[in-house]
Amino acid sequence: MKRNITEVAHVIRSKNSGPFEITFDIMFKTPEWFQFFVEKEIINTALITSLYKVTPQDILAVVHFKPASAIKFTLKRRIPSGSPGETDIYGAQQHAPLLSITFDDLQ
Amino acid sequence: MSPNTKEMRILSTTAILGYGFPEESFQRGLDRDPHLIAVDAGSTDPGPYYLGSGKSFTDRAFVKRDLTFMLKAGVERKIPVVIGTAGGSGAAPHLAWCRAIIEEIAKEENLSFTMAVISADIPKEKVYAALDQGRILPLHGVHDLTRELVEQSTHVVAQMGMEPLQEALKAGVDVVLAGRTYDPAVFAALPVLRGFDPGLALHLGKILECAAIAATPGSGADCALGILEEDSFILEPLNPRRKFTCASTAAHTLYEKTDPYHLPGPGGELDLTECTFTQIDESRVRVAHTRFVPSERDMVKLEGARPAGFRTISIAGTRDPVMIAGIDGILEDVRGQVDAMRRGKASMAGEVYFHVYGKNGVMGPLEPLASQDMHSHELSIIVEAVGPTKEAADTLCSVTRSTLLHFGYEGRISTAGNLAFPFSPSDIPMGEVFEFSLYHLMDREPDMFPIEYVTVGGAK
Repeated sequence: MKRNITEVAHVIRSKNSGPFEITFDIMFKTPEWFQFFVEKEIINTALITSLYKVTPQDILAVVHFKPASAIKFTLKRRIPSGSPGETDIYGAQQHAPLLSITFDDLQ
Repeated sequence: MSPNTKEMRILSTTAILGYGFPEESFQRGLDRDPHLIAVDAGSTDPGPYYLGSGKSFTDRAFVKRDLTFMLKAGVERKIPVVIGTAGGSGAAPHLAWCRAIIEEIAKEENLSFTMAVISADIPKEKVYAALDQGRILPLHGVHDLTRELVEQSTHVVAQMGMEPLQEALKAGVDVVLAGRTYDPAVFAALPVLRGFDPGLALHLGKILECAAIAATPGSGADCALGILEEDSFILEPLNPRRKFTCASTAAHTLYEKTDPYHLPGPGGELDLTECTFTQIDESRVRVAHTRFVPSERDMVKLEGARPAGFRTISIAGTRDPVMIAGIDGILEDVRGQVDAMRRGKASMAGEVYFHVYGKNGVMGPLEPLASQDMHSHELSIIVEAVGPTKEAADTLCSVTRSTLLHFGYEGRISTAGNLAFPFSPSDIPMGEVFEFSLYHLMDREPDMFPIEYVTVGGAK
């Protein structure tokens, strides 16, 4: 059965990590769902590059943070915060593509 | 030492000086008899303009309001007050701005105290020398530094660690006002000076620099208390509406960080791989096993911004379905027509950017939704012109706006004008534009952060 990530994650957000990077957090409702996503490697390079039109080199890190049941990844910014042509100085509204992630619930 | 002296209570007033806090929360914090009142006053989040221009992104009246509470309580109760990254960016003009507010408060409230003012400006000669000697490294994903970038930067600051603050506190001052500072250092400097573990103190500082944001419901405009013990620390809310929970505290550790297990700072990194979060009661959390790992190379982070021209914008909207359907091609054609008219004219030099809200104004080229899949019945178009002078930006904005207003696009039915302007004048000069030019590591040198000791207010 296809399910949407918002059924199992309670926080999905983006934010600057310094002026040259944007970091994305997905916090799961339970440690079990966190574990499920980690084991199935659902948040992977192919998914991130397709959602954000970036290259694998633009992905600076993908981290699994168990204490918060969270998966996070960090992208190099297209344009540094506040430089001409920028659209989101704080980087706080770049999360929306993540809301469309679906996964196969095999449980 | 007895257990009593093994505890330090630290009152964090607000996430950024000038964001405010409820007076009741502050009073509850004072009732807990804190050993330190501290606040982080800055951030690079609002963008390069503030560091570049020397202006504060926080409001003067509210910075004064917050500081009045803190200084009165600190001076009257003999609790040290530490303020980091004065004026939002922590360069010389920001430091002077905050210092003037403090002097004004002292006068109005009839307060007298000693204060250390710590500068974080790095003379360009030192940066050139470090650059020539290979003692500067770019941070991940940042451009290489050149001499030209340093020359063009209006202010170059370095993030100080705990040491300059500790030197000032050792001298026994009542208030420490510091330029650009590593946020957690403001909270950790005094406890580490008194022998507490730097890993725990800095991790506590990392949470307290955002005040009650790490609680639930979170708030950047409310106080929080940190209680540092020998082998752990406790987070305590100062507003009955808020709780610190393991989930809220652990979640905050992710915030704005690339790798929450390894948090780099001046002189080393916080290692959270063994860190534990334990719920003590309904609203308090104990954190333990965070380690500070000194780095092999003792480096500080440089920040700088340089001018990138002047900006003029025009805000408009369209409600026309034909125009909305063809917006990508229309803007491209308008850009082409303007470029053809200004070819070779220095008075119209610069770049035009269209911010199209209702289409991809928020995400720009990263927007995954294709144009044909958008269903906005209206669009907002912000014409942004950035030119080498204010006049060039004004001209470029004006001609782009008027061209777009009367552009005869394919299939046009509405021939009186393509744009609805909410304002007259339609064009808004935004002033100078800056961009981050330095975000690099430099080897720490002795005397990078000079301290000036002053007495504020008259003798009582």
